[in-house]
Amino acid sequence: MSEYKSIFADGLWRNNVVLGQSLALCPLLAVTSNATNGLGLGLATLFVMVFANLIASLMKNTVTRAIRIPVNILLIATLVTVTDLLLNAYLHDLHKVLGLFIPLIVTNCAILGRVESFASRNSLVPAMADGLAMGLGFTVVLTGMGAIREILGSGTLFANASLLLGPHFEFLEVTVIPDYRGFLILILPPGGFMVLSFILAAQKKIQAVAKRRAEKQTTTGGEQCA
Amino acid sequence: MSVLTMDKETIAYQGGLLGVVAAAAAGILLLVSSLSSDAIALRTYEDKMAGLNQVLPPALYQNDLLATERSWEFDGQAFRVFVGLNAENLITGYAIQSTAQGYAGDINMLVGIDAEQNILAVRVLSHSETPGLGDKIERSKSTWVDAFESQSLSSLSQPQWAVKKDGGEFDQFTGATITPRAVVGQVHKTLQAMQQKLIPEISKEVSLYE
Repeated sequence: MSEYKSIFADGLWRNNVVLGQSLALCPLLAVTSNATNGLGLGLATLFVMVFANLIASLMKNTVTRAIRIPVNILLIATLVTVTDLLLNAYLHDLHKVLGLFIPLIVTNCAILGRVESFASRNSLVPAMADGLAMGLGFTVVLTGMGAIREILGSGTLFANASLLLGPHFEFLEVTVIPDYRGFLILILPPGGFMVLSFILAAQKKIQAVAKRRAEKQTTTGGEQCA
Repeated sequence: MSVLTMDKETIAYQGGLLGVVAAAAAGILLLVSSLSSDAIALRTYEDKMAGLNQVLPPALYQNDLLATERSWEFDGQAFRVFVGLNAENLITGYAIQSTAQGYAGDINMLVGIDAEQNILAVRVLSHSETPGLGDKIERSKSTWVDAFESQSLSSLSQPQWAVKKDGGEFDQFTGATITPRAVVGQVHKTLQAMQQKLIPEISKEVSLYE
């Protein structure tokens, strides 16, 4: 069980796609002008990650090292195209919002990275768990960053969420700051860089504090022993 | 020698496997594409009709609007015209799709006019104007486009077809003049194109749409 605990700790925090590996920043900055878009792209990426890891893990003994990268790229590209077609056909309103960004999932190096470094070396269930954990970690960061930019930039939260999740989720759509005039720069690309830098700084600070605390504990423990 | 016992480092194995994977990927894509193509075509059709119905109310026409689509050229610009006909096959209105040059690229817009060339409605279909400034041309963000309703070439004179900053009748937005100027200019251009060239031409060929 500790193996899965470590996989999820890696995906959600320690080795998070954005916070730990600094990957996938291009789609991150592009779609997070509001929380709904972030959530939508996060879920689509999660779906592709789990299935890419699943298939790569199944094929790990058949595919040799020399052709692994082209095979994996082909695999990811196929999954993304299938996702694109299915979204266009059955979740059309969401596709209108995210359509431009879905083909970008192909260029998301985080997926190829996980397929290469984890799924091709591990068995089925851990590989899927890793895809799920990494995808969830990415979704959380995308949604969180979208929420920060949306609240500060336009004063709302989860606007148009019912387009993504269905009419039952209309309660998510909140106007946080009524009669807000908007703070444009946060919705524009520079705001993306600014918010990302604050999030990364906060993550580094938390990690540094946690590390110092851990060190303190070992030293005090050592003194007691001595 | 079966495939399973074959030496995996040979070119034949690797090339063959790459070929099999590529063929499988192509097969899956073909399957999903053929399964979803009908649904996608239907969604595209619904989108188009929803856009057209915003500028040309469904009560005004009885025919299949999309079947009347034709592209015309006027003054170096392309105009796609959809013609609404009533049960007696008389023209009751037009929806005209054209492209204006905005601040950050093309503004794709639809103008609906009745048979007397009065504007029924104007809608922006797609644009890449600045969020929060230029995007007030969207009906979902602002009622600005409603100012065009029931205007025509005879209700406003040539200089009045401009934003207020240029001495015209239409509001500009705080911090954004280029976007509304482009939209007003394009609506005016559309009306001129219809009056001077397209309506005479289309009336001549109305039998084409029967």
